[in-house]
Amino acid sequence: MATRRKLVPSGSQTVGPYFSIGLERLIDDAPKGTAATVEICGKVLDRDGAPVPDAMLEFWSTAKDGATGASTEGFPTGFRRSATDADGRFSVRIERPSAVAFEAGTAQAPHLLVLLFARGLLRHLISRVYFEDEPGNAFDPVLLAVPPERRYTLIARQRETQGGSYLWDVVLQGHAETVFFAW
Amino acid sequence: MGEVYPVETAVADTQPAHHYPPYVSSIARSPRMPLVLLPETRTERTGPVFGHGLIRERDNDLTAQHADDPLGERIFVHGRVLDEDGRPVPRALVEVWQANAAGRYRHKVDTHDAPLDPNFTGTGRTLTDDNGYYFFKTIKPGPYPWGNHHNAWRPAHIHFSLFGAGILSRLVTQMYFPGDPLQPLDPIFNSIPNEAARMRLISSLDMNRAEPNYALAYAFDIVLRGHGDTPFEGNR
Repeated sequence: MATRRKLVPSGSQTVGPYFSIGLERLIDDAPKGTAATVEICGKVLDRDGAPVPDAMLEFWSTAKDGATGASTEGFPTGFRRSATDADGRFSVRIERPSAVAFEAGTAQAPHLLVLLFARGLLRHLISRVYFEDEPGNAFDPVLLAVPPERRYTLIARQRETQGGSYLWDVVLQGHAETVFFAW
Repeated sequence: MGEVYPVETAVADTQPAHHYPPYVSSIARSPRMPLVLLPETRTERTGPVFGHGLIRERDNDLTAQHADDPLGERIFVHGRVLDEDGRPVPRALVEVWQANAAGRYRHKVDTHDAPLDPNFTGTGRTLTDDNGYYFFKTIKPGPYPWGNHHNAWRPAHIHFSLFGAGILSRLVTQMYFPGDPLQPLDPIFNSIPNEAARMRLISSLDMNRAEPNYALAYAFDIVLRGHGDTPFEGNR
């Protein structure tokens, strides 16, 4: 049962065009340790197909055992930040996610939660990215909740030449609009 | 019930709409297709935990990051980070960035004809303590013009970015100052329809925390979505 909340969450405001001066400290921090990693590259595009050169993406994957312990450097595993360049391109290297437990006996396919911030976004957007070579995608409860014709927008394509490297573009608006989740 | 229940969506009208035409940049960048309700799974209930190793000694003192003092009105900005039940959020990462006293950001995209201050970068970070309390020392940022519409000026503000317990508590917002006549003219500030919610983004002058003959203080409490349960207690 939902309990009555006492306080209303503070209102969101855009990160604006200058966020990198405050948030760059956590951008593109290379993964530490020996865990297998995955690279995700792509572009952020607006309604007109124009690149969004001032977007920031945050990627989050929960660890298999639920551990999110901070490293000695203070930087958590399973979290990466990436800003787009002048051509709207981003690239991130992060620990390869594994399947995540779901309801009894079932699992979600490996995925990352993505938060997207940009000038023009008064609230950040929430999406997810999956990997096209994961057979579990067919049974993933979140993908199955997405209209079938839009599921492809959440699935990163494997780059032929490089193992562990994927392409995933984000379209903010239009017929190929990426699926975003409500909050 | 199982592990899945719908993510609580924001209270109506206390958050901005994605598409808000007075803020021109939102027009071509905001989604128009229906947002999909996301079940809250372990991915959503967990979130990154930032360690103290991430914070350097002077990261919460924006006036002490260079050889000399920055120009401008020295101020303290402080407050508490709370969850929706009013409980403090400890170890929340709070990152801030702002313009200098002349209304200029130290950023290559900012071309406003106002001087940079060699003694001011305008960025800070800290972790809340066990009571959810944070504290920054900085200078009051200046208002500045922007290209949204003719003669558009942003009211003075400090950008805040916060991580609480669980990734869905993530918040980026802006803190404003009391008595700023530019606020009613600002489409970003006005994007929050609910007046009470909008006013909560305005800090309050805090003479109890001000230091005589040294600095004024502004208090700004922040409420994050969700509750303070440990992120993993729902695991089965």
